[in-house]
Amino acid sequence: MGKTIAEKIISEHSGKNVKAGDFVVANVDVAAVQDGTGPLTIQEIQKIGLEKCANPERTILFIDHAAPSPRKELSNAHKILREFSKKTGAILSEVGEGVCHQRLVEDYVNPGEILVGADSHTCMSGALGAFATGMGSTDVGIAIALGKTWLKVPETYKIEVTGEFHEGVYAKDLILHLIGLIGADGATYKALEFTGETIKKMPMADRFTLSNMAVEAGAKVGLIASDEITKEYLISRGRGDQFKVVDSDPDAVYERVIEIDVTRLEPTVSCPHTVDNTKLVAQLGSIKVDQVFIGSCTNGRIEDLRIAADILNNKKVHPDVRLLVIPASRDIFLQATREGLIEIFVKAGASIMTPGCGPCVGVHAGILGDDEVCLATQNRNFQGRMGNTKGNIYLSSPATAASSALTGYITDPRRILCSAVEQRTYPFEKYI
Amino acid sequence: MIKKGKAWKFGDDISTDHIAPGRLFHLRTNLPELAKHVLEDADPEFAVKMSVGDFVVGGNNFGLGSSREHAPQVIKIAGVNAVLAKSFARIFFRNAINIGLLAVTCDTDRINQGDDLELELSEGIIKNKTQGTEIEMAPLPDVMIKILNDGGLAKHVEKYGDFQLV
Repeated sequence: MGKTIAEKIISEHSGKNVKAGDFVVANVDVAAVQDGTGPLTIQEIQKIGLEKCANPERTILFIDHAAPSPRKELSNAHKILREFSKKTGAILSEVGEGVCHQRLVEDYVNPGEILVGADSHTCMSGALGAFATGMGSTDVGIAIALGKTWLKVPETYKIEVTGEFHEGVYAKDLILHLIGLIGADGATYKALEFTGETIKKMPMADRFTLSNMAVEAGAKVGLIASDEITKEYLISRGRGDQFKVVDSDPDAVYERVIEIDVTRLEPTVSCPHTVDNTKLVAQLGSIKVDQVFIGSCTNGRIEDLRIAADILNNKKVHPDVRLLVIPASRDIFLQATREGLIEIFVKAGASIMTPGCGPCVGVHAGILGDDEVCLATQNRNFQGRMGNTKGNIYLSSPATAASSALTGYITDPRRILCSAVEQRTYPFEKYI
Repeated sequence: MIKKGKAWKFGDDISTDHIAPGRLFHLRTNLPELAKHVLEDADPEFAVKMSVGDFVVGGNNFGLGSSREHAPQVIKIAGVNAVLAKSFARIFFRNAINIGLLAVTCDTDRINQGDDLELELSEGIIKNKTQGTEIEMAPLPDVMIKILNDGGLAKHVEKYGDFQLV
């Protein structure tokens, strides 16, 4: 019987021929924590006398959630990570280097590996064909100290994606559509495997967006087979020698197959306060926005910034809107600067902030006022997420976000991107 | 050991942001202080009104969202006996067992706010003393029972110096 990607990777790392439902102890290649979860990780392993790293060169401590620190308690939490790094040789990713998930795919995780990270969106590295999953502080602490973890081998849902995206419709719209379709617990405990002709042609940036949000359907991992596109990406990051093909067998057993034709998709948003509360932008009516955030591990890559900059070029953000732009990593920030994108954003009236999580976690920078609305390219819109339970968060693609920053209302990007002839086919008159 | 307490009912999709919100990020290295705000964004009065030994009773997908272990930690530190829900998000469930907080999957539609509950883990049953009914608990995997019996994952590893689970 054939194997899924999850079964293959876990078999290799446990020395057993596993199938879905088995429990194993597996070797961990990369372990990661961030400044919200890492201090507890270190305290937990200190308590049991295990303050050590099995693989320091593959243990990474990220300061990204509250970076730069807005208050002394968090500055002291950051010190715990810096001291642990000095003591054990674990790698420290400092303030300004970027969001952990972006940094992990840029420089640390390879196809066929197991990554455990104390952050739920660790599943993003699954786009490289790695078994990457989010866990709690103690789990990752034990993985850091012992170089292994216990796993239940998940059953897999195959997400078969076909068709061509229309202009103005992106991978973000696809993943929001999928989560709306199956629900926020539609894939709890399961592995997602994204496949099909559309995925095989999809650039890495978009694949990362899909895998990043697998957890928003409850999934343990969001896997994509590695191929020539993966290889090109690794070469561009100086890790071409780490490439290997990771794919499921043709006769692998899937618990469920979900088919999506992206030709039929339209710009989609998640409405407050759950990610599965999705609607088409065209069906929304007039929703005034106070803040727009373009960035995050979900959509803060150079490709996302290019889309946003194209829309904002030589235009001004609506006077009632604050636009926050955060490149997901320092390399992306540099590239955006070289390409002139940062200048476009600044001239349009945006605030550019330090690479990191920014307003997505509600710790600092961009906290909402009562009854304010934020349209964000991030992955989560739970009540209170942006620091105020009375705030309302909508999620969208960078194109929808940039378009809305211009108009002051949640706006279908096709209204700005598409030609006048094409526009007539869409019901734009409904709003504005 | 029988656990006894009152039920505190919450709805579906109680997220880790409801339980331990990001705006209190700075209290994550001070868990007893963070525990004073447990579930504050779902019910601002819960932390004040609950008694040690009470049960948190959720609906579907309890604990969805972040991997923050602080969420089950503050529920445990507040003195909650166990969390009961129709279903749990994966990471919260694993974290709860890892830190020694009992998380039980069962039909919570049969529990109302304020009901007196008795839970006997070895029997696999929750007795709703107010309604005079018995509710079956979904069994835990053996791996998780071993972790719970050892007092959590850290204590398990401390005891054996390694995993002794499978």
